[in-house]
Amino acid sequence: MAKFFAVTIIVIAILSAIPILRHTWDAPEDISTHGHLIDEQMSETMAEAGIAFLAAQFLLAIFIWKYSNPGPNAKLKNFPGGATGLVIAAFLVVGIEVLALGIFGVKAWADVYLTPPSANAMPIQVQAGQFAFYFRYPGPDGTFGALHPELINESTQNYYGLDLDHDPDAKDDIVTAEMAIPVNKEIHLLMHAKDVGHSFYVRELRVQQDFVPGLDLSLHFTATKIGKYEIVCTQLCGLGHYNMKAYLEVMSQQDFDDWLKKEAALQ
Amino acid sequence: MHDVAAHAAHHAPPTSFIRKHVFSLDHKVIGKQYYALALVAAVCGMILSWMMRIHLGWTNAAIPGLQWLSSTGAPGGVMTPEYYLQLMTMHGTIMVFFVLTTAPFAAFGNFFLPIQVGAEDMPFPRINMSSFWVTFVAFLVLMSSFFVGDGPTLGGWTQYAPLNAVGSGAGPGQGLGVVLWMTSIALFCVGQLLGSLNFITTTLDLRVKGMSLMRLPLSAWAWFITSCMGLTAFAVLMPACILAILDHVAGTSFFVPSGLVVSDQLVPHSGGSTLLWQHLFWFFGHPEVYIAIVPGIGIVSHILITSMRKPMLSQRVLIYCMGALAVLSYMVYGHHMFVSGMNPFSSLAFSFPTLVITIPATITVLIWVFSLYGSKLRITSASLFALGFVSMFVSGGVSGFFLAQPSIDIMLHATYFVVGHFHMVMGVAAMFGIFAGTYFWFPKMAGRMMDETLGKIHFWLSFAGTYCIFMPFHYLGMVGNVRRYSTFTDDYLQPLIPVHKLITIAALITGAAQLVFVYNLIHSRFWGKPAPDNPWEATSLEWSTASPPPFDNFGGQHPVVYHDPYQYGVQSSVGDYVMQASPEQVKTEHDEK
Repeated sequence: MAKFFAVTIIVIAILSAIPILRHTWDAPEDISTHGHLIDEQMSETMAEAGIAFLAAQFLLAIFIWKYSNPGPNAKLKNFPGGATGLVIAAFLVVGIEVLALGIFGVKAWADVYLTPPSANAMPIQVQAGQFAFYFRYPGPDGTFGALHPELINESTQNYYGLDLDHDPDAKDDIVTAEMAIPVNKEIHLLMHAKDVGHSFYVRELRVQQDFVPGLDLSLHFTATKIGKYEIVCTQLCGLGHYNMKAYLEVMSQQDFDDWLKKEAALQ
Repeated sequence: MHDVAAHAAHHAPPTSFIRKHVFSLDHKVIGKQYYALALVAAVCGMILSWMMRIHLGWTNAAIPGLQWLSSTGAPGGVMTPEYYLQLMTMHGTIMVFFVLTTAPFAAFGNFFLPIQVGAEDMPFPRINMSSFWVTFVAFLVLMSSFFVGDGPTLGGWTQYAPLNAVGSGAGPGQGLGVVLWMTSIALFCVGQLLGSLNFITTTLDLRVKGMSLMRLPLSAWAWFITSCMGLTAFAVLMPACILAILDHVAGTSFFVPSGLVVSDQLVPHSGGSTLLWQHLFWFFGHPEVYIAIVPGIGIVSHILITSMRKPMLSQRVLIYCMGALAVLSYMVYGHHMFVSGMNPFSSLAFSFPTLVITIPATITVLIWVFSLYGSKLRITSASLFALGFVSMFVSGGVSGFFLAQPSIDIMLHATYFVVGHFHMVMGVAAMFGIFAGTYFWFPKMAGRMMDETLGKIHFWLSFAGTYCIFMPFHYLGMVGNVRRYSTFTDDYLQPLIPVHKLITIAALITGAAQLVFVYNLIHSRFWGKPAPDNPWEATSLEWSTASPPPFDNFGGQHPVVYHDPYQYGVQSSVGDYVMQASPEQVKTEHDEK
């Protein structure tokens, strides 16, 4: 029984590690300028956690195999060095690991959150509401019109609550249900929640940020590969949460300019 | 001190059926009541998880009988997206609060803490009884939400603001369902506060002569540390729930800022903070993880020592580690909020202690594993589940290393990776602790032995099954599979649906294996072999008394403690151990004093 248990633990540990070693379940290819730092941090953590996982499971299995149901003449023994050696080893090994991951991890985090966007980053506003994203481009004047929550009306497609009759800044704003951005251009995403909490998650961009009602946040990133990607909501927002999504199209600058003109004409 | 305390705990035996079995002041009856409540809650939670898993694998499948629970939530037995979220919320709430908190802490702690310290009862028996009945009412209030209005809340067990406060316009269950949820959890907090108060005073004031703090068994230390956590954590969640109720019924705006528009209607609130709820919730929520798992650490250590026939490499280090986990648990809660919109510098401040908490966790695992070295390990259902706990604790623990880092959390937050992590470390591991405790202590609680063959069948199916369920969760999360989706409509999620089907099959089989446990429990309760007083040849005080213990625990005697709790590997008149209450002097190499 004990030996079978030991073998089971080892088999489970190996089977658990195989998909990781074969990269069966990796995240999709990174299309951002900052994502490689996150991926490197993930790989280093996987290596360290993987070794710890396998070592602990194997040792557990080996000791169960070796020391279960011994004969009547077996003598109790204590591990040489006792607890002191283990405590010192844990402090040294895990402590160094913690420091290394903590320090190197700061850079990956800082690239997304602790550095401001450059002055020429392109502003785009995204509003999240049950259960859709709407994107707003400031138009030729480069200024967003003010928001008036009391004017929000889905039936008239005034998703942002813009005062088109009185606010000149709002008149040229372009509101779309799909997000398009030029490739290799830094985007400054201004995030606004209409009703409850939502989130903005694009796996390929290596970005995830919650929308916080009452608190407008921002995010900046640069996409490096043309293509169509899914934006999904990851913050439980109600019955349609599973279906709250939009598409992000990364285009050449020319295609983006054409797209924006077409969308402006539709407003 | 000991005489005064013993007198304080003394009360006359009950004579009526009601006072003996229902409104009982006896800590052992209250412990069994908590256990029964946890068992009923666990069955409810497991059935809910079955239904959720079937829906995730086969979205349009009709689940027989589900339409009786809600004709609108599951017309013809086919779950609607909103009803999936409602069941998911109830599953999480039931499991976290009414199973993982009540069984290892309130149930076993109530029954065994007074006995392990040598007391007749808790110092405040009426408060103890109130603790259970308030918790019971809390459970009824929660379950009542299935049958009123438009059903339970769909906001998840974390009940984030402002979804929890803007009313029924935000979705089914967001009106009365939320109020019932908040009321239930506020009541639950009251119950646990009362319980914690008793646990702390029992440990500090009711120890018998010779029972110094360092002579307490590790399980007693775990319950003591957990009760200290409970006293502070539940004291924060309870007012948070009351404030959320006020946002609903009194028009206050604690968690709702101005300018929100729900269903094209401007929400009549202003001035509140949505992040305030998250801070209050997670200040409770992260310690809650340890409230669920620290009793398991103590119980498993207690059982492993008995099974190994030798003490841990260091009892003192294990106690310090449990204490460190408890203290650090309050300093790490912000790792749940890395992408919540709080100041990004705060994320770094919360990340570091989260990484540091792996040090006491690692030491704990090392002590367990290396204590097996040179032992005489006895394989029983209890020791199998205890060893399974160690394996699960490792597997769930290493994935915490990823989530402790804000940069990696950008990719993994709110994915199945998180679900796999917490299910393994605070769900399955804690459940294994409960099972280990049940197989170990059932003879003492019921006076009868459980069936070991059924226990081992239960273990094998549970051990393999839970790995088949929760290890793939991690892989799904690494691909970016978002949690809390009732249906997978995104293009990139389509290839993952077959994996969900396999997980569902594993969940159904593993769930069915739990019926073996329930059968064993009930059958053994009535028809099991009579249990001797000390079937495992253990040393702590609960094994010095009859199985089951008499009303006053020690038959009118006040035991005196002569030894450390785990004197194994010695030559005594009874075998390779000497009991704590035995005056027999033996030579030992393991006395740490």
